Amino acid sequence: MKGLEELKDKIHEILPDLDLVIGWEQGYDGLHATPLFIKTPEDVDRLIIGPLCVHNLATYLPGLKDKKVGVIVKGCDSRAVIELLQEKLINKDNVVILGLTCDGVINLTKLGRKIGSLGAVDDVKVEGEKLNVVIGDQQHNIAFSEVKQDKCENCIYPNALVFDHFIGEPVDRVENVGAEHQSLSDFEGKSFDQRFAFWKHEMSRCIRCHACRNACPMCVCRDHCVAMTRNPHWLSQENNVAENWMFQMIHVMHLTGRCVECGECERACPMDIPLMLLRRQMNRGVREVFDYEAGIDAQNRPPLLTFKVEEDNISEREW
Amino acid sequence: MPVYDGKELRIVGFLCNWCSYGGADTAGVARFHQATDLRIIRVPCSGRIDPLFILKAFQGGAAGVLVSGCHPRDCHYAEGNYYARRRLELLKRFLPVTGIDPERFEYTWVSASEGPRWQHVVQTFTDRIHKLGPAPLLSEPLTDAEMVEFQRQVEAGRGCGCHI
Ligand code: SF4
Ligand code: SF4
Repeated sequence: MKGLEELKDKIHEILPDLDLVIGWEQGYDGLHATPLFIKTPEDVDRLIIGPLCVHNLATYLPGLKDKKVGVIVKGCDSRAVIELLQEKLINKDNVVILGLTCDGVINLTKLGRKIGSLGAVDDVKVEGEKLNVVIGDQQHNIAFSEVKQDKCENCIYPNALVFDHFIGEPVDRVENVGAEHQSLSDFEGKSFDQRFAFWKHEMSRCIRCHACRNACPMCVCRDHCVAMTRNPHWLSQENNVAENWMFQMIHVMHLTGRCVECGECERACPMDIPLMLLRRQMNRGVREVFDYEAGIDAQNRPPLLTFKVEEDNISEREW
Repeated sequence: MPVYDGKELRIVGFLCNWCSYGGADTAGVARFHQATDLRIIRVPCSGRIDPLFILKAFQGGAAGVLVSGCHPRDCHYAEGNYYARRRLELLKRFLPVTGIDPERFEYTWVSASEGPRWQHVVQTFTDRIHKLGPAPLLSEPLTDAEMVEFQRQVEAGRGCGCHI
């Protein structure tokens, strides 16, 4: 990500007309960024951009629908903004989009496995393809590509797809990456029984903190989520495998044709449950059947909100 | 009739009121011989079927789930089954990643006059599920000892074990 000074100048320019601008600032240590809500010109100084800026800030937009908001987006984040526009969940007149170009963000879990502990990191610097992590008087040099988020490994949209102001120069679209992440075909090496047992185990670890839902830019129902209702009673308060599994099924079904594969659900999960496998599988179906990707064009109609009398890729179910 | 282990399996069917439920009725009135594993849930339209209904049935241990609605172009509400078709097709393609064999789920179209076709659908699907056997379970059923304890609590006349 480049163009911090250009970005700051732009924010100074547009801030007077806005209620706030959402960006990132350094968190409680050298390793964590945290969302920053810029309301005054002084706040702008705290802004950072770079590989620590993992959060998809589009998640905040539906909750701030009635405010004039500026939002800083990477390529993947911009797809969430587009999907929100597609579904008329936000009003374009109230949003100013500051688009970035991105060369990947860090997966803290992967980094933790490399350096042992994430406890006391003082500083993280990226120099080209090298990541330099400073912990006290120790230095770790790690290849950036080894600790990037999964979604960055097959990212085909590094530049913001929608913007009012583009910061920096767009980078070339990466070639030779599949639309689908490798992990899904790897997972298909398992038999059905193994997959079922895999999810039983993973769901036994879920603590139902709802972080996956709350981090998701497309989960806009918030307190009205069906997982919470008593009537119909989709889920009990019990924390067991069957209920946790059902909670995930609700998330995936309600994201059908809407999920922009931003990976926020999996990133937010404190138990590191590989939730993206489920989302990727559903998105594969959406691509195959409807030749469609969510969050690419604000004029597109989400596939489940329409139909064709003769579907192109669904064979009639005659027995 | 093929029978798994001498037992019926639990198969759940979601049928639309106007076509497939009528079709099942036609088959019944004509006294067609059918497998009896299927438990039918009548819904107003296949468009009313939330894919979560189907997943909820699997969560509860259903060995198979069958959805049947009006033929395309024949929906009582004109276009409900077109929306249903999209949802159900995506659900079927999603199931493999969960480890639930997608063969355990099927959707099809049967009209109210197609009694023989309904018989064929039920029999074919039931045979298929019997080949696959009972579904893998997310939660283990109660053991005999737990059942005895459960019964003891019920007989004690209180809803929950904490207050016995
Ligand atoms: S389900 Fe996960 S990957 Fe999809 S939009 Fe929500 S947070 Fe992003
Ligand atoms: S974030 Fe992880 S632990 Fe929390 S509810 Fe979601 S899957 Fe479960």
